[in-house]
Amino acid sequence: MTQTPTLAVEELQTWFFTKLGIAKAVDGVSFAVERGRVLALVGESGCGKTVTGFSILGLVDPPGRIVGGRILFQGVDLVPLPAERMRALRGARMAMIFQDPMMTLNPVLSIETQMVEAVRAHARVSREAARRRACETLAMVGIPRPQERLRAYPHQFSGGMRQRVAIAIALLHRPDLIIADEPTTALDVTIQSQILSEAQRLCRELGTALIWITHDLSVVAGLADEVSVMYAGRIVEQGQVDEVLDRPRHPYTRGLLGSVPSRNVRGQPLAQIQGMAPSLLALPEGCPFRLRCTRADDRCLGMPDLVRDAGGRAVRCFHPHEGEAAP
Amino acid sequence: MSGPNGGPLLEVRQVSKRFVKPLDLAARLANLLGAGLREEVIHAVDGISLAVAAGEVLGLVGESGCGKSTLGRIVAHILPPTSGMVLYRGREITALSGAEARAAALAVQMIFQDPFASLNPRMRVRDIVGEAPLAHGLVPRHAIDGYVDDILRRVGMDPSYRRRYPHQFSGGQRQRLGIARALAVRPEFIVCDEPISALDVSIQAQVLNLFMELRRELNLTYLFISHDLGVVRHIADRVVVMYLGRVVEESPTEALFACPSHPYTQALLAAVPTLNQRRRRFQPVQGEIPSPLDPPSGCAFHPRCPHAMARCRAETPPLRVIAPGRHSACHLNDG
Repeated sequence: MTQTPTLAVEELQTWFFTKLGIAKAVDGVSFAVERGRVLALVGESGCGKTVTGFSILGLVDPPGRIVGGRILFQGVDLVPLPAERMRALRGARMAMIFQDPMMTLNPVLSIETQMVEAVRAHARVSREAARRRACETLAMVGIPRPQERLRAYPHQFSGGMRQRVAIAIALLHRPDLIIADEPTTALDVTIQSQILSEAQRLCRELGTALIWITHDLSVVAGLADEVSVMYAGRIVEQGQVDEVLDRPRHPYTRGLLGSVPSRNVRGQPLAQIQGMAPSLLALPEGCPFRLRCTRADDRCLGMPDLVRDAGGRAVRCFHPHEGEAAP
Repeated sequence: MSGPNGGPLLEVRQVSKRFVKPLDLAARLANLLGAGLREEVIHAVDGISLAVAAGEVLGLVGESGCGKSTLGRIVAHILPPTSGMVLYRGREITALSGAEARAAALAVQMIFQDPFASLNPRMRVRDIVGEAPLAHGLVPRHAIDGYVDDILRRVGMDPSYRRRYPHQFSGGQRQRLGIARALAVRPEFIVCDEPISALDVSIQAQVLNLFMELRRELNLTYLFISHDLGVVRHIADRVVVMYLGRVVEESPTEALFACPSHPYTQALLAAVPTLNQRRRRFQPVQGEIPSPLDPPSGCAFHPRCPHAMARCRAETPPLRVIAPGRHSACHLNDG
């Protein structure tokens, strides 16, 4: 790596101090994304992938708090940054796209009002110039007749179009980093394919670094350059997309890949991971995947470290698979 | 287990469902003054016929708004069709009465997409699963606890959860409860409306396996509605593809995925991301599913279809046989 990555997260810890105890939603997560690259953050609900995204943007609310680690955005640590400096970055240099576009959009304001406001929050431009920029950005994400659609309200758009508007708002300032949290999960496959194609174009043409949070490994395969698989607040496996998907080393990654229907014989029972993800408030001792794992033994009562090889491939397991092809 | 004379277990004939939004008072007053406002009508399901054989899994796919859930609800007798017939074991359901009508109603059950919305939060597991068999007299009151325990075990749940409430369970367990509730009245046919799409990946495989296991053990027939083509490919014997209220293609599963006939099916299959295509260039279908309030003329897919010709705008293509067991509604099939 010769250039500074757009984002480097180092040993991030975001904990939630609840009445029932401390939930370590993110516990020692590290990864980096370079310009124009796509990193997929994969995991099931409650594994900490969304909280990781929120932590990067400084959006974690009490009882949650970043208790350790660094978030280097273009070399600057965001964790100690005062709120005003964060606000200046958020929406301008980095942006987030949520699963539900209504997290971004205000239902009672027209798209124009919202977009013009978003432009002028970070740039000293006239209302007219802001409107022009909004219009161009809507056209860029493939919204037909943007001039006309600017005057519409969120409820007048379909789900797919609404997500495009949310993406357009994220793009207004051509940010260097976009965090997309399951933005296509609620959409139909043809619309998903349109949005994925836009995302790829952005990375290619504008050099945006993209963090794509998802649980869908097929989307990861089609979109990402690198993958980090999370389980119970920690990264369990990390590497280039081909490496991880073709030669998964962690039993959890292998289990997820093995349960995809296309990797099974039609009509036969799917290979499945036993049990369900543990509650963050009652994690088992040692490796949190231990109770669902077929390879677990007494050694797994201790916590395995994330071991990284020379090629940047990392796995957190005492009994990783060695070079075997994916199930 | 099949219907009379080996016919289909369940059949719908030319079923349509129109949802009408009546004019409000202001609009009616405006009409008195000659405004000429019309009621808004949505053809959610438009003249669909299909048949499901006993023991078969029929997959129903399509994008949101294509009418697949409405059709599922008509099949499960939750919604009455505006026109057309639903036949169970060769007999029209609305024509049945008394004990026969009740038996037909119990024989077809439904499992819903959202396991958080489909269970009554104020009822205990015992009542959620046990209420219907008690009310219908399938099980005497003194035996109900044992019966509920059996069904819970069958769907892979611990019977000691009998006294719990739905909020004490995870999504996957709630979906198992939904399945237990449907099984409790000993159905033969289950309409599964996106039953695993709200679940986590590792749980999806578990629940899908449960569906296949139950089908084998209880000889069930499914109408399996899903937008996830990978799942449908895995579980279904035959697949029906819907677009804007109509069937555009119907085919045995293997043949459909091997060589889709209708341009919409082709586009849909091409859009599905797969594990083996890395950093692919997504080449999306243009446009979106049009509003059912104002459907396009002729073939509803023509505005998005790469092969559209003048005829497609004018004339609706009928569903016709293109190979044994395969149907497709496209003018291209006329050669």
